[in-house]
Amino acid sequence: MDLLPTAAQQAFRAGARAWLEANVPSTSLRSFDTREGFEQHRAWERRLHAGGFAMVPWPVEYGGRGADLLEWLIFEEEYYRAGAPKRVNQNGIFLLGPTIMEFGTPAQKARFLPQIASSEEVWAQGWSEPNAGSDMAAIQAQARREGDHYILRGQKTWASRGAFADWLFGMFRTDPASERHKGLSFLLVPLDTPGVTVRPIAQLSGETGFAEVFFDDARVPVENRLAGEGDGWRVAMATAGFERGLMLRSPARFQKTAQQLVALYRGHADRAGEALRNDVVRCWMDAEAYALETYRTVSRLLAGGKIGFEASLNKIFWSELDVRMHETALRILGPRADLLAEAPASHASTRAGSVSGTDWLDGYLFSLSGPIYAGTNEIQRNLIAERILGLPRSA
Amino acid sequence: MRFGFSDEQLLLQSTVRDFLRKECPPEAVRRLWASETGHDPALWAQLAELGVLGAGVPEAHGGLGLDERDLVLLLEETGRAALPLPVVATAAVAVPLLRELGETGAAGAALAARWLPRIAAGDAIVAIGHPENEFVADAAVADLLLIAEGDALHAIEPASDAANRSDRVRCIRQPANDPGRRIYAVECRTSAETQVATGAAAQRLLDAAFERGALACAAQLLGATEQMLALAVSYACQREQFGRPIGSFQAVQHQLADVKVQLEYARPVVYKAAWSVACRARSRAVDVSHAKLAAGAAGALAARRALQVHGAIGYTWEQDLHLWMRRAWSLALDWGAEPRHLARVSEFVLADGAPIGPGHTFEGAA
Repeated sequence: MDLLPTAAQQAFRAGARAWLEANVPSTSLRSFDTREGFEQHRAWERRLHAGGFAMVPWPVEYGGRGADLLEWLIFEEEYYRAGAPKRVNQNGIFLLGPTIMEFGTPAQKARFLPQIASSEEVWAQGWSEPNAGSDMAAIQAQARREGDHYILRGQKTWASRGAFADWLFGMFRTDPASERHKGLSFLLVPLDTPGVTVRPIAQLSGETGFAEVFFDDARVPVENRLAGEGDGWRVAMATAGFERGLMLRSPARFQKTAQQLVALYRGHADRAGEALRNDVVRCWMDAEAYALETYRTVSRLLAGGKIGFEASLNKIFWSELDVRMHETALRILGPRADLLAEAPASHASTRAGSVSGTDWLDGYLFSLSGPIYAGTNEIQRNLIAERILGLPRSA
Repeated sequence: MRFGFSDEQLLLQSTVRDFLRKECPPEAVRRLWASETGHDPALWAQLAELGVLGAGVPEAHGGLGLDERDLVLLLEETGRAALPLPVVATAAVAVPLLRELGETGAAGAALAARWLPRIAAGDAIVAIGHPENEFVADAAVADLLLIAEGDALHAIEPASDAANRSDRVRCIRQPANDPGRRIYAVECRTSAETQVATGAAAQRLLDAAFERGALACAAQLLGATEQMLALAVSYACQREQFGRPIGSFQAVQHQLADVKVQLEYARPVVYKAAWSVACRARSRAVDVSHAKLAAGAAGALAARRALQVHGAIGYTWEQDLHLWMRRAWSLALDWGAEPRHLARVSEFVLADGAPIGPGHTFEGAA
């Protein structure tokens, strides 16, 4: 066990820090769940890509930097330290990208990965349907084969980034006679295909972070299928693993929130009291624990290990920690926690560190989605019980 | 940067695990609970032979010359077995304390040279009287007491015969909830001759002892937690109600899944603390307190949930679950209970200019 960074790792950190300090926008961007904010974030992704930091752990040929996972963790730490914008193409860069690397043909890799890395193509997810949520195997949307094309019919919903994205990946039933996990295929669909209708849905925050997507005989070329026909479930499980696990939820995000929470508490210590202090300190400890476990996992992966169902442990831990941190912040803010950004007093006296009271409220609303998306935490607990602990299958 | 253990370290761990599974089953724990002294010299000697007791003893004194990064895994196994012998005080605290005393001068070196080989050989039990612990664990069977008094540290060798022993050391047993850890109020006669360190030097030794004691408890808690979870899983697979194993009910499954989450996020914290203590990292006090808190919370949750899953049978003296529950409770109290460690972490986190936030996790390493 050796927990000291190497000289090369320190140099990498210094390089990333210098670039970020010179390039991170000094004013925060609008939410990427608005049209204007979406394009601001895409412009930031282009800049990041030009600087060579868009996809740190990806191979150079696909627009990445060819760094290892430890360097990626270091980059993420610097990214959050610098207060850089959220990643608008997270579906593409963290979920679909790794999936294409594992299952894509050489032609698909060459076609899609560089466009993902540069965010020229921003992706939406197409998993859920009105009757297929936690029970994803109940998917009904059909893709009927007709020569070199699939003809898509049906509906997806809660498509994250669906409102403004360019492409959607998702599962469709390619075998109409099939049931459950069988007969599904993983397809990549341009959202400007005739027959595709996107209807944005206002989220709890009021913004349109996700959308319903309707398919009325939309034609998609067969070469947009990832892996074999009927192989969709296997591919989707890999994607879900990326989503729950390492790539998307880098610890730096939670360490940053914990740090801001500490700053908030310090600014309100006179009236926040001991109970809140202990909650703040516990949040900080848990964010550190999450970072440590991630470093341990990365060490294991670098030694040739794989992530399996442990991703479910991660997902529960970070999503519940995120909610707890924001709840604690709102408790510290007291009556002001309720103020929206447009309230004249909202920014003035609740500011502590670089975070305003209204950011905590926005963050709280966002954190509440964590235990729901990427497989609800109830599903994760089922997976832990049955696949890790070895308890009998539930009825 | 590599956050993991070597194959050799893991092999030693699994050797100790297999040994304890065989030699320290629940019946053996119960026998020791009921025995007069609470000590088992044969088992102690075998632990020495395996290298557990002398892990931190330099090779020149007959030990393995290892440090906390190795010992943490072995302590985890002693926790898994609910081993009711004074491994924490002797192997985790006294050994490095004697090693460090050995570097303080001729008298210290003589003391280390006298005791370290005996510990490694399984011929000695050491009890620690530390200001952070109100009572002294296993004092009545100790061959050597290292006891703080005022600003000094004393080494007291009670005579082996009962009559003379009580002349030098009086141990008043404090009946407590965990029979696997006998605690005593100790009165002893200290003198200039028994004094081995004083002032700042003694304080440094005691501070280091506190980190090691707390770390060792955290390591044992990991093992005890994992064992309680295993017992609950096993029971939930066997026990049927409504015509099916209770482990197939989500209400039961989710309770145990929570334990697994808490355990797996306590583990890396304990391992990092082991590294910090071994390397004398600047962050070691915070790392150790975090480890003790995280492992203590995991142990407490495991005890609660495992008992709930067992139902009434778990509430009996006959069922073995409480061997580990009592361990988990007492380990959480030894070497600093929750408020003590929480205060240490708070002090660090809330200080002006505290080095917290992304990128600082391993900064205190230097």
